[in-house]
Amino acid sequence: MAISAPAAPAPPVNERLIRIWETAPGLYGALATVDHKVIGKRYLVTSFVFLLLGGIEALVMRVQLMGPDKAVLSPEAYNQLFSMHGVTMMFLYAAPILSGFSNYIWPLMIGSRDMAFPRLNALSYWIFLLSGIFLYSSFLVGQAPDRGWFAYANLTERPFSPGLNMDFYALGLTFLGISTTVGAINFIVTIFKLRAPGMSVNRLPIFIWGTLTTSFSVLFAMPALTAACVLLYLDRRFGTHFYDVAGGGHPLLWQHLFWIFGHPWVYIVVLPAMGMVSDMLPTFCRRPLVAYSFVALATVSTGILGFGVWVHHMFATGLPPLSTNFFSAASMVITIPSAVAVFAWIATIWHGRPVITTAFLFCAGFIVLFVIGGVSGVATAAVPFDWQLTDTYFVVAHIHYVLIGINVFAVVAALYYWLPKMTGRLLDERLGRWNFWTMFIGFNLGFFPMHISGLLGMPRRVYTYQGGLGWTALNLITSIGAFLFAVGVLALLVNIAVSLRRGRRAGPNPWDGNTLEWATPSPPPPYNFAVIPQVASRHPLWEDRLGEGARSVIDRGPLLDEGRETIGTSPLDAEPQQVLRMPGDSLWPLLLALSLTALFYGLLGSVGWLAIVGGAATIVCTAGWLWPTQEPATTEAVEASA
Amino acid sequence: MVAGKVGGMSDRVRWWAAGGAAVWGLLAAGCSRAPSYLHTRGYAADQQAKLGWSLLIIASVVVLVIAALVLWAVLRHPRGEPAPVARSTGGLRWVVVGGIIVPAVVLLVTFIFTMATYSALAAPPAPPALTIQVVGHRWWWEAKYPGRSPGDLAVTANEIHIPVSRPVRFELTTADVIHSFWFPELGGKTDLIPGQRNVTWLQADTAGTYWGQCTEYCGLQHAHMQMSIVAEPAAEFRQWLDRQREPASPPTEAAARQGQQIFTASACSLCHTVRGTDAHGAVGPDLTHVATRASLAAGALPNTRGYLAGWIANPQELKPGTAMPAVGLSPQQLQAVVTYLESLR
Repeated sequence: MAISAPAAPAPPVNERLIRIWETAPGLYGALATVDHKVIGKRYLVTSFVFLLLGGIEALVMRVQLMGPDKAVLSPEAYNQLFSMHGVTMMFLYAAPILSGFSNYIWPLMIGSRDMAFPRLNALSYWIFLLSGIFLYSSFLVGQAPDRGWFAYANLTERPFSPGLNMDFYALGLTFLGISTTVGAINFIVTIFKLRAPGMSVNRLPIFIWGTLTTSFSVLFAMPALTAACVLLYLDRRFGTHFYDVAGGGHPLLWQHLFWIFGHPWVYIVVLPAMGMVSDMLPTFCRRPLVAYSFVALATVSTGILGFGVWVHHMFATGLPPLSTNFFSAASMVITIPSAVAVFAWIATIWHGRPVITTAFLFCAGFIVLFVIGGVSGVATAAVPFDWQLTDTYFVVAHIHYVLIGINVFAVVAALYYWLPKMTGRLLDERLGRWNFWTMFIGFNLGFFPMHISGLLGMPRRVYTYQGGLGWTALNLITSIGAFLFAVGVLALLVNIAVSLRRGRRAGPNPWDGNTLEWATPSPPPPYNFAVIPQVASRHPLWEDRLGEGARSVIDRGPLLDEGRETIGTSPLDAEPQQVLRMPGDSLWPLLLALSLTALFYGLLGSVGWLAIVGGAATIVCTAGWLWPTQEPATTEAVEASA
Repeated sequence: MVAGKVGGMSDRVRWWAAGGAAVWGLLAAGCSRAPSYLHTRGYAADQQAKLGWSLLIIASVVVLVIAALVLWAVLRHPRGEPAPVARSTGGLRWVVVGGIIVPAVVLLVTFIFTMATYSALAAPPAPPALTIQVVGHRWWWEAKYPGRSPGDLAVTANEIHIPVSRPVRFELTTADVIHSFWFPELGGKTDLIPGQRNVTWLQADTAGTYWGQCTEYCGLQHAHMQMSIVAEPAAEFRQWLDRQREPASPPTEAAARQGQQIFTASACSLCHTVRGTDAHGAVGPDLTHVATRASLAAGALPNTRGYLAGWIANPQELKPGTAMPAVGLSPQQLQAVVTYLESLR
């Protein structure tokens, strides 16, 4: 089984691998593919479309808030827009875009041929897409969620929200939660079982530490959100009283459940992005990351501490001082792992020889915005001052520095860095500079003044404000900045569009990166690696120059060309253990996702037959998916190769 | 070469300093008019502002230092051809000192200051002068001043009077959803939550009118759920409270008398109370002394004859979604009702 290929795999072998791994052509292939690269690209494109939708919602709001007492939007329209802006950015953009990068890059980074559960991967994408459409279909009936992305009970209960708005929310997020959860399971198993032989845990790129940490966070955090949403749906449709004081419930139950989910979620949408920066910076600085172990530990400890800070969203609810103090201390302690990462990045630049590319500029800008978002977060951890800060525009500024600064800037850097791997073409660096500076200046012009309008007393979530309170000029500046930022995003889109047609050819390793994905052609073939690599250090492609004693082997190794196969290794040391037989194209994931969509629409509209048909179809599809086949699933001990 | 770099650096520093000064200048300029919690007028808010200024100064210094370090780290290297990959020497000290030791010390100091402020605010500096019960409604505030007997109860809306320089205790409840009680110049927020009674206290050290606002999103007209505190010397406050406790005096003017009849006979009295009359509605604000208030519809409109008439004639236009319906009065009836309401002093 474990065949050693010659130094350069002969073309006929490649063709055989292509036949094995290629997605079927045509419509069937498009709907049935399980190729992690195709799914990754779909994730990226879909979540980017949601970013644009959320951005347009924000711009419309900024027109409304450009001056006092404007009537561009009705109060109801504004409330729907700000709610959908939050839901879109938090759920349909920030996390899925990182899943897109993880999906595409992980198997390449760890020397595997696919994710551990390729069909689950496809399911995860289809549910993400369909739940996004489900949430957005609320606009078609004019009843989009209008209670904020945080949706505090009891405002969401039927007497106060009689429309379908919050049913879309409760069901949409429950639906989307399935996608996030199966995705997290897939990442965890992939990283524990599918790494190339020799890639022990101390050799993982930080990006992988980031997504691994957040995948565990998802498993613990998502049930709280799902429970909160299901209880809300039961209250609304079946007359239960979970959030209703009159029936023995309590609205604070929602806040606890939501923030036990919600605060870890903030780390879920930033840790992988921080990881991407930790992996990009060394390439541009021509030096390995300073304090790798510290950064890896900081990543994991942030994920864990992230579960101990939720009450800092609830300091004004009248909780006893002992508990608020505990959460205040925890919220300050969580700063330390972030500071470790920041100084590791600065030290990497300081001791390196930075090459100033657009991706590097976005990484450097990211560090500064990260620090601004971080220190304003510390201010909100100080309970007595938080009683003033909370629910003002100061917090709006804070979350946008965190979410745009840490997520969007890292994502754009990652697009400049990894898109050439996906498309084979580089983005334009000149346009890139324009892209960076318009986004950086626009962002700060737009969001920095929000700190000040907050300090001047401007509350959040107001569809309008009165003149004469000292907020008018600041809001005008914010609106101008928001539009400038949008121009920057447009420049990015133009750059991508132009590069797809006319971009310079990237070649396999345009940045002289050190991780395994750069050992594959750009774009990589369907099978990723002609042979399964053997990893000997943290920087497989820099070993010669770093003077590492051991050398990774990339051109020789197990060929595995008798079917869809990749190697299963042990969780810590990545000792080869078995040959895994991977599933091929399948329509079941799509059919299952469509069945669930029918079920959720049935529950939404109280259409009994649709819910029953959807539910039955879900069971049938699951059974069909899991139906035993003749082929042995896997296993066969494999000797350490080469 | 080195000198040039240092020169470039100090330019950057100057640029940052100028930027910082501009930002805080804007803040100071805004403060003069804005309900800012950095420019405070009450005991609790003063303590919070001290903590707040310290945090903001620490935060600004941290940001400036780190931004300067990033710039310096980038600019200290000569540009040119990409350097060869090499092993990095040192750097761990950055992480241990900058990433662990310094933040740990700064955070510890911050936490101690936070706790000290917390404990200073745990109880008011003196026994409270009185307790005011505030009830949140979508989208207005009800304020009740209990007296010695139930008949002494004074009820008003959206405009809370307090004696200056004395702590006042507030009991906060809600009639519907979660709201949050906030007067930035006097103190931080406390939520009004169904099923619980939260207690807070405020003290205004300077006489004046303070702007307040609901800060927990409560639906359609959350933006227009404002209120004010009028802090006045003890004698004036006592006078005001005595007046508020009294029932409405019967109107003397003919137009006002006619207005009262219309008010009592129409839908108005189903929702509003005017103590001393047959209007006992409990849905909307108590209007017994409505003419003494400075604004209407929870701070949405000034309380002038024109706005009052407009508000009664077309509330949904001025505050879409408000519980107040247009009751369909003829122009003459409307003028009579307005005259009546203006007599409720």
